[in-house]
Parts: sequence; C-alpha cells; structure tokens
Amino acid sequence: MEGFKNFFATRWGIIFVGLVIGVLAPLLQKFGNPPNMGICVACMERDIAGALGLHRASVVQYLRPEIIAFVLGAFLSALAFKEYRPRGGSAPFIRFILGMFAMIGALVFLGCPWRTILRLAGGDGNAISGLLGLISGIWLGTRFLKAGYSLGKTQPAPSKMAGVAFPLLMFGLLVLLFIDPQPPDQARGMILFYSLKGPGSQHAPLAVSLSAALLIGILAQRSRFCTMGAFRDLILFKQGHLFSGVAAFFIAALATNLLLGQFNPGFAGQPIAHTMQLWNFLGMTLAGLAFSLSGGCPGRQLFLSGEGDADAAVFASGMIVGAAISHNFGLASSPAGIGPNGAIATIIGLVVCIIIGLTMRRR
Amino acid sequence: MSETIDARGLSCPEPVLLTLEAIKKSGSAEIEILVDTDTSKENVMRAAQSMGWQILEVNEESSGYKIKIGKE
Repeated sequence: MEGFKNFFATRWGIIFVGLVIGVLAPLLQKFGNPPNMGICVACMERDIAGALGLHRASVVQYLRPEIIAFVLGAFLSALAFKEYRPRGGSAPFIRFILGMFAMIGALVFLGCPWRTILRLAGGDGNAISGLLGLISGIWLGTRFLKAGYSLGKTQPAPSKMAGVAFPLLMFGLLVLLFIDPQPPDQARGMILFYSLKGPGSQHAPLAVSLSAALLIGILAQRSRFCTMGAFRDLILFKQGHLFSGVAAFFIAALATNLLLGQFNPGFAGQPIAHTMQLWNFLGMTLAGLAFSLSGGCPGRQLFLSGEGDADAAVFASGMIVGAAISHNFGLASSPAGIGPNGAIATIIGLVVCIIIGLTMRRR
Repeated sequence: MSETIDARGLSCPEPVLLTLEAIKKSGSAEIEILVDTDTSKENVMRAAQSMGWQILEVNEESSGYKIKIGKE
C-alpha cells in the first residue's frame, strides 16, 4: 500500500500545524496585532484595501505583511515540494463574486473563520453566534455540493509563469512596505495609507509578522489546513481530518491566551466585536456559504494562490474589493453594531450565493 | 472490469465526492481516479481508506496522478 510521503498530510501532521498556528496567533497579538486578531485573513485583507486607498476608513489602513507572507510562504513551499502547478479557469468571475460576498459577510460579523476561532479562544462570547452561522453556511454549501454543485474544471496554465503573478504582486507590495514605511505620527507615506488609531495602527513589528506568517504559509501549504473544510468534511463525509487541525488551533490559542493573560470572557465590550447576535450569525452564514461554494476558507485561498491557482487568487482579489465596498458603502460593522447597509447587503449576498449554489451544476 | 473517474481540475471536495459516489454505486472491484494535485491525491486516498478500500497503485503522470483503489 502507498503510504503518505507527506507527514503533514497525516492526522498528527495537521494537528501539529494547528497547534503551531494556535500559539503563533496570540503571540502576534502580544507583539502588537489587534486583540483577538493575531491573525484574521478577512480583517487583514481589509486593512490592505485601506493601505492602498481602495477604501478610506481611517482606522483600518495597514499593508498587513501576514497576508503577503502567507502567499509567499505557500509559494516557496509549493516550489520546494514540486507542487507548484499554475492553473485556472474554473468560473473565475463567479469566484470573484463569492469572494466579495464572503468578505461582506465576514465584515458584518467582524472576522473570518480564523478570527472566529481566535475570538472564541479569547473569551469573546459573541463569536458563538458567528461560529454557529459559519457552520450553518457551510452546511448549506454541502447541500448544494450533494446536489451536484460545481464550478467546473480548471485548466493547466499555458506558461509556468502564469502562477507567479499573484505571488509577484504580493512581493511587490512587500517591497512597497519596505520603501514606504509609516512616517512618525502621520497617516500617509509616499504612497501607502496608514492608521494613527484603531486596529490599523496596531501591529507586530514587521520582522515578527513576516517570519511568523511565512512559517504558517509553508506549514499550511503542506498540511492543506482549512478552517472551512474542517466543518465541511465533518458534515459531508463525517471525516475529522481537517477538523482535528482546527480543534488543535483552538486549544493551542486558548492555552496561549490564558498563559499570556489575553483571555477575557464575556459578551459586552469585547474588542472589535458587536453584540447583535442575529447579524453575527447571518454575516457568518453568508461567509461560510461563500467559502463553501468556492472550496476553501480565506486562508486556504491564499495558500492555493501561492501554489499557482489563479482561481484562488481571483477569490482573494474579490475579497479585497469586497472590503472596499463594505467600508465605502456602510456595510461593515463596528463595535457599535452593524453598518447602515449591513443587513440588506447580507440578505442580498445570501440570495446571490443561493442562486449560484442552485444554478452551477456538474454537466 | 474497472471504472475510471476523471477528477482532474476539480476543486475540493469534488474529487472525494465523486470517489465516494463511485464506491457506493460501483459494481466493479477496482476504480481508477485521475487527479491533478497532491491535495486531491491525499484526499481521495484518505476517503477510499476510510471506506475500507485499499490503495492498489499510485502512478505519477504528466497531468497529475492515477490512483487505483480496490475493494478488500
């Protein structure tokens, strides 16, 4: 029998990766990242949209190096292990729309699945309704998958260079971050936008963020760590492989938070969170459904894009545009509650995703 | 008699869904699954083993992998 040559593809492998990420995320918070946001793929992409001026919400503007390093780490890992495979063409624009609405839903809740787990591990009770919403959205996605939902096949790219585009874009952003750092007490570098207060002003030192995220990028590429797939596989196949990674992630984050004094249980006054439970639930239902229909959580999409998957890169780009829309048009929530247009956007998103789920079928 | 499933280019979890569908429906004792990524290869192998099927052969091809599984 053919064994697994890849240790990280084993049960202990994914548990190991979950533990590492679960320790690193609260540490990134300790080093300066926003509370319960050591890692949040949605929030960090939203901050990147702000740094580039795609939206001008002054408190969430920072070119988060974690996102860059996730892609570059996965890219280097894929090259090293001969898994770099430039590909694309599986309903890219539908994936873009799914990415947009995934972000819109995540910003109604205020966090991606990674941050949902981290908020829970930090004692934020509001994350319970977010998690239940996430699971419901994923469950809905599995119904469509069972009924034959598919976005069709990817094609190998004509050139090996095709898959380099997204990692190269990330590398370009990294260069920009190095040559255009935040001037003291100013919200604008030569090009990039920065925050003077709020989550965008809170970040770990660049070298710390980069090295932690590079390691996570490599490990997650090897192990296929996916916070959405964890629940999907459990619901769809009763298979707990990916789930054991996410469970390890939660337990390690909880333990690390307790050790660092970062565990503050409660509902009211939780950092970068609101208490409107219906919208915490529905926001994450939308996000969970969109992730489920596109085949990966927002982190996984970044790691796939590092492997040369152009469709995943399109999804991530959709998320960044979704963040701009969320903040430009009052869809994003704040600690005060949901934005003026957050509710209607969530409902429109759910309707659009359900239509996509119903109409995209395997031929 | 063996059956072949072409799951190349499909995103998660479709290769596994197709494999499990074939395992449930198939009258044949052997199934060949074509996949194009290492992730799909691992997922298909894991799913087949969880159903009590054996991995008979994994061949690397220019377009990915051919996995042959068989009923115990």
